[in-house]
Amino acid sequence: MTAEPVLEVTGLTKRFPGVIANENVSLTVRKGEIVALLGENGAGKSTLVKMIYGLYHPDEGTIKIKGEQVKLSGPRDAIRRGIGMVHQHFQLVPVFTVAENVILGDEPMRAGTVNMRKATKEVAELSKRYGLQVDVNAKVEDLAVGAQQRVEILKALYRHADILIMDEPTAVLTPQEADELLRVMRGFADNGVSVIFITHKLREVLAVADTIEVLRGGKVVGTTTPSQTDQAGLAQMMVGRSVLLSVERGEAKPGQNVLEVEDLVASNDLGLPAVRGMSFAVRAGEIVGIAGVEGNGQHELVEALTGLRTSTSTRITIEGQDAKGASPKAIHGMRVGHVPEDRERDGVVGSYSIADNLVLNRYSEPEFATRGVRNTSAIDAFAESLVEQFDIRTPSIRTSAESLSGGNKQKVVMARELAADPVLLIASQPTRGVDVGSIEFIHSQIIAARDGGAGVLLVSAELDEILGLSDRILVMYDGRIVGEFSGAAPDRGDIGRLMAGGHA
Amino acid sequence: MKARWAYSILAVIMVGVIWSYTVDEIRTTSVLSFSLRYAIPLILAAMVGIVCERTGVINIGIEGQLLMSAFAGFFGAAITGNLLLGTLIGIGTGMIMGAFLAVGAVTWKMDQIIAGTIINIIAAGLTSFFYAQGYTLPASVPIIAIPYLSDLPLVGPVLFDNGLFTYGAIVVVLVLQFLLFRTVWGLRTRAVGEKPSAADTSGIGVNKMRFLNVTLAGGLAGMAGAYLSLEAAGTFERGFTAGRGFTALAIMIFGAWNPIGAMGAAMFFGLTQGVASQLQADEVVAIPQQFINMLPYVLTIVLLAIVAGRVKPPAAAGRPYEKD
Repeated sequence: MTAEPVLEVTGLTKRFPGVIANENVSLTVRKGEIVALLGENGAGKSTLVKMIYGLYHPDEGTIKIKGEQVKLSGPRDAIRRGIGMVHQHFQLVPVFTVAENVILGDEPMRAGTVNMRKATKEVAELSKRYGLQVDVNAKVEDLAVGAQQRVEILKALYRHADILIMDEPTAVLTPQEADELLRVMRGFADNGVSVIFITHKLREVLAVADTIEVLRGGKVVGTTTPSQTDQAGLAQMMVGRSVLLSVERGEAKPGQNVLEVEDLVASNDLGLPAVRGMSFAVRAGEIVGIAGVEGNGQHELVEALTGLRTSTSTRITIEGQDAKGASPKAIHGMRVGHVPEDRERDGVVGSYSIADNLVLNRYSEPEFATRGVRNTSAIDAFAESLVEQFDIRTPSIRTSAESLSGGNKQKVVMARELAADPVLLIASQPTRGVDVGSIEFIHSQIIAARDGGAGVLLVSAELDEILGLSDRILVMYDGRIVGEFSGAAPDRGDIGRLMAGGHA
Repeated sequence: MKARWAYSILAVIMVGVIWSYTVDEIRTTSVLSFSLRYAIPLILAAMVGIVCERTGVINIGIEGQLLMSAFAGFFGAAITGNLLLGTLIGIGTGMIMGAFLAVGAVTWKMDQIIAGTIINIIAAGLTSFFYAQGYTLPASVPIIAIPYLSDLPLVGPVLFDNGLFTYGAIVVVLVLQFLLFRTVWGLRTRAVGEKPSAADTSGIGVNKMRFLNVTLAGGLAGMAGAYLSLEAAGTFERGFTAGRGFTALAIMIFGAWNPIGAMGAAMFFGLTQGVASQLQADEVVAIPQQFINMLPYVLTIVLLAIVAGRVKPPAAAGRPYEKD
């Protein structure tokens, strides 16, 4: 592995008002090498690659591409020099075809018009050459997420990228799709394309990277290779202290059913069936994990159970009480806690203070209000104690929720929902976009809730999270439960195949 | 599927027109000519809306752009004594008004509805304030009968015996249809209007593109305004555009943001208006004039209620683009 360097970054520093996003960062990428950039949210990975892609201009330091020192004027300049970026949020036009998306900005022409025939042919050839299967004439909005990602990659390859930056590419994929992508990345490297792979999934880094660069607080804190380290070592480098990757979890002591659902049916926002008849139960003191690729009805299931979406069913009971068609407030009154999947939209009110967010669903209870007048001192005392107890990192309880990091916002939501001592906790994607340190804390809180006798329904697209926390796993596909696993160490492969609609 | 019902409406209208032509040649021709004259400014104004929204900018200020350029075109021609100069002044004024919207909605990233409303208010104020009586045009816009084609029955006198603006408008529609869906400019314009961040990361200057398109669209508004005062009416009055800029937005929606679709929608508008006027003039139906005058507005509401939710606007229309 001593091919010539294609990208050399030396002493890069980028400051934003009040923060140093990157400080004296150096990085070398060789031809045909896969370099993993590992770090928590806010560690400076995105800032670094945005500078390499010309979206930001460094305050200090130099970038050398193929031996030539460059000052990139913008993405266009970076593209011209062979840098391609596969964005985490796909940069595709939904109503355009695959071919139109790939050629956009670099269109083959014929007599002043776009030469669509040539474009279609070239994109099809490219897709074949790199094993990125996709129908070039399909509209992007009709494609599954994995296929859309292949279009993003094709877009970079079409522009002759030989340094490919991939920003959290596996976050949206099933385990099988992710493994397939890792194989494709290896294929690029074998063809002399260098890959910069941003992720926070330790397993994938160890599986595919040649070199691992770990960032923390805007600095490179270590460079290593998969053979020199393991998951625990990497996690420690990322966080700066030792981290428990798998939560210590004692034997579950399940009690009575707290949630019983029989034949639940719900539609999505377009009125199409999303939950097609689900029956299951959650017992007190157990964690039931719902595994599945996003968009298979989990979102609608959670909304139906929390009263946010109308649904039909034979029966829904919470601790034996009828909860069919009950309002969100009534369901909350039955002591159900809800950690919504989109905390920005449904979890916190960004412009409200942390204190107000912590009493968001209890502001009218006698503890916090008398005859319609808020009891500020009680609210503040309550908020102070939760901030302490849940380790919410904030200058004050008056700080607005929107200024907190993702992990701390999530802790606010967890604190609010758990403080009410729920009998049932419904947690949807509880650690999405949350740093490793906070993940550890949130997981331990979920386990603690279980050990305190609550039933937990955990919905997550991260299979590792489901495997690490659940006492029982239900696999959801196309609005139905297609498999159930319990007992020690269920097989990832079996679950993954069911998630993709196959058989175990 | 969408096209199929459009074609069936078209077929029904064609049959009706031909039947009517065999019954009464003169009246049919006159109704159709009226309809086309009625439709031309709506067609051009709808093109303004299409170019702007396809590129991601809602232009609610078309009305003001029409009014200003109708005003500038008329007085330009009257004072200079030159129709061509008046026309160019009208188109230039339209482009200035377009650039005005672009500065507000693109450069300053103002709320697009407010930026457009400002244009409407300014135009109403300026044209009323500077309005003066006693001016007349030096000549009328030349009517050109295209040899041979104008001798055809029915379509000849209706389509091929018109003023220059009328031909110009139809050419604009066809050219725009081609530009939008066949050229690089069109592909990029639509990308900018659907998903600007995707265009940006592909190396397309989103705000540059929007600024350019909104300004050029203003030129089309100028052409529509000049048509109104120079060719259609031959004069200018206060509040002269009578809401055509807003009707055009409805036509744009009814035409599903497609130039040819919008042209069809505008002609349908014109036809209903023409038929109603003729029926009233012949005293076939005893409807008060006011109700006939209401027709375009009522039709706007009805059509919008029908197509609402069935056609999809460009996804980014109305949202200023900012890099993250």
